[in-house]
Amino acid sequence: MDADLLLRALTFSAGYNAALVAVGATLLGITAGAIGCFVLLRRRAMVSDAISHATLPGIGIAFIIMASLGGEGRFLPGLLVGAAVTAGFGLWAVEWMTKRTRLTEDAAIGAVLSVTFGLGIVFLTIIQTLGIGKPAGLEGFLLGGAAAMLRAEAISVLVMAGLVAVVIALSWRRMVLVAFDQGYAETLGIKTNHTDRLMMLLALAVTVIGLKIVGLILIVALMIIPPVAARFWTDRADRMMLIAGGLGGIACFLGTAISASGDDLPTGAVIVLTATCLFTISMLFAPSRGVLAAWLAWSRFQKVVHRRQGLLALSRGEPILEPVSRRLLAREGLLQPDGVPTLEGKAAARLVAEDEARWALARRRDPDGALAGRYDGLTPITQVLTPDQIAVLDADVRGQPALVAGVGGGRLAHE
Amino acid sequence: MNEFIALSLIPILIGIFASLACALPGNFLLLRRQALIGDAISHVVLPGVVLGFLVTGAVATGPMMLGAAAAAIIAVALIEVVRHLGRIEAGAAMGVVFTTMFAAGILLLEQSDTSQVHLDVEHALYGNLESLIWWQGQGWSSFLDPDALAALPPQLWRVMAATALVSVFIGLWWRQLQIATFDPSYAATVGIRVKALNLALVILVAVAAVAAFDAVGSIIVIAMMICPPAAARLMTDRLGRQVAWSVLFALLSAVFGYVLAGYGPLWLGADNAVSAAGMIATVSGVILALACLFGPARHRIAG
Repeated sequence: MDADLLLRALTFSAGYNAALVAVGATLLGITAGAIGCFVLLRRRAMVSDAISHATLPGIGIAFIIMASLGGEGRFLPGLLVGAAVTAGFGLWAVEWMTKRTRLTEDAAIGAVLSVTFGLGIVFLTIIQTLGIGKPAGLEGFLLGGAAAMLRAEAISVLVMAGLVAVVIALSWRRMVLVAFDQGYAETLGIKTNHTDRLMMLLALAVTVIGLKIVGLILIVALMIIPPVAARFWTDRADRMMLIAGGLGGIACFLGTAISASGDDLPTGAVIVLTATCLFTISMLFAPSRGVLAAWLAWSRFQKVVHRRQGLLALSRGEPILEPVSRRLLAREGLLQPDGVPTLEGKAAARLVAEDEARWALARRRDPDGALAGRYDGLTPITQVLTPDQIAVLDADVRGQPALVAGVGGGRLAHE
Repeated sequence: MNEFIALSLIPILIGIFASLACALPGNFLLLRRQALIGDAISHVVLPGVVLGFLVTGAVATGPMMLGAAAAAIIAVALIEVVRHLGRIEAGAAMGVVFTTMFAAGILLLEQSDTSQVHLDVEHALYGNLESLIWWQGQGWSSFLDPDALAALPPQLWRVMAATALVSVFIGLWWRQLQIATFDPSYAATVGIRVKALNLALVILVAVAAVAAFDAVGSIIVIAMMICPPAAARLMTDRLGRQVAWSVLFALLSAVFGYVLAGYGPLWLGADNAVSAAGMIATVSGVILALACLFGPARHRIAG
């Protein structure tokens, strides 16, 4: 990898062609990530894998037809039309086998995926055998190769990705509805199977557009990884779609640039690995659903529990044996190293015991009430009740010392 | 005849044994709705196989198998880590891990200098069955000649061993596999260790996949694990007959696929053969299509 080349690719200064390819790849990544959300939510990700493998025979057939008609066999739009036709056949074959025979969907997917791919390989070798045109470059459709793209090819990818983006933007509302609440969508008059078909056709379009950049073997990853990564950042479907599109776009942009900056860096593989890096970052560092956020929340929770239970033990005059609680209280200056509470510790313990006694009375008064439901052994009652409510409660606590002793706050009365 | 033995017999045999090793366990995967496990395994083991090759510098069975096993274990561990750390469903975690490991394998392949040995992306995908020829095969008598036998392509022994292993396993544990496949909870009550059996099946599938992978590429592995068993499933309702049908279909696919690939273009006047692996997969697809249209048990059982 060449740092200078990489920098030039990242700043769009590696030439007009490279800039076009970069923009096209980014648009592709955005559309793949966005449509991938729906494909994933409808559990059709593997169907789109079958579709992408089914593009290969179409590429071969289109090449043979164009070359034998005396044209340029590698004319990209022609190849993509062929790819789309056989990919559509693959989609139809999966659905037909699942519906008309007793084979399950996974078997149908695997069969279509492997057979169409094998057939495609046969066509590729036929092209080599016939010696028509120059087949070199067709293998590029397996793993993609953005660097080898011609200007016209880059422009056609750009235009097609733009069109798909427009269609997604126009139809995302109904796709969200169908993905999350099929029944509700149907009551609104949205035809679920039409929406599903539209979704799979968009996935097909993304696959075909991505052939030249990512390649047919790994394009499915662009529809899986960014959406799963986006899930860490949000719980809302519309935001998930935007974030997945953003992550997919970034992965494709960076991946294309990295791939262009050195030899033997196949574009598809580099893009997928870049997407995986973004996924890992999302999994670790996303707020609220990320691993780091979850760990922080857990350690906050642990602190609260240990502090309260430790202080309650102190208020009962019991020694604290739990090392985490001891360390926590010692750090706050509530406990001496030998386990004896400091003056501040005694005061804090008294406060906690008082809180516990208030809670106990409040819960006993109305065991099934809303207030009792708020008791979790952690929240101070002062956060739940108003000061005058607490004043009433306190009067009752003092009026019924037996109750206070009953919940283990016996020492409260002496102190 | 001599030319046939030297050039075609061994690839056909390798094709047959690779197909059988994959189709036999494929029957159980199909019934358990795990048909895509072959696809998953052939994706996941790629980086391991490449690493095994890079470490030793040769296409040797031991290191490549070790690498594949390590890759499979890492994949399972990664899926669990992603599932638990990310709190996401298993399917999504698998999708992320499989595609990532396959991409890593491809990057490794392209980055490594594999010019001395035939190992590249195309090879990993559709193998090179045609190149596995037996120059010492000068006639049927060569099968009695130790020197000539020693020159047989090692891939043949690997796929034969894999087929034998698979057959023995299925033969010995036939009843247990049958019960565990159709009624796992009943199997557990009659004392079959279902989890251990499932694990053994998956390991077996991985062994078959890796052995066949080197000789014929991953495309045959995936096609043979699904197409012959699926076609057989449309022929009969009985497991024993299904396995028998799948063996027949696998044999037909391998033989006709190879012959069509090798001689079909010659009949049509072209001078070069087409990919045998691709053709074998295609023939298996044609058989499946015919079974879908005419198989006596093709329709869904009511209820």
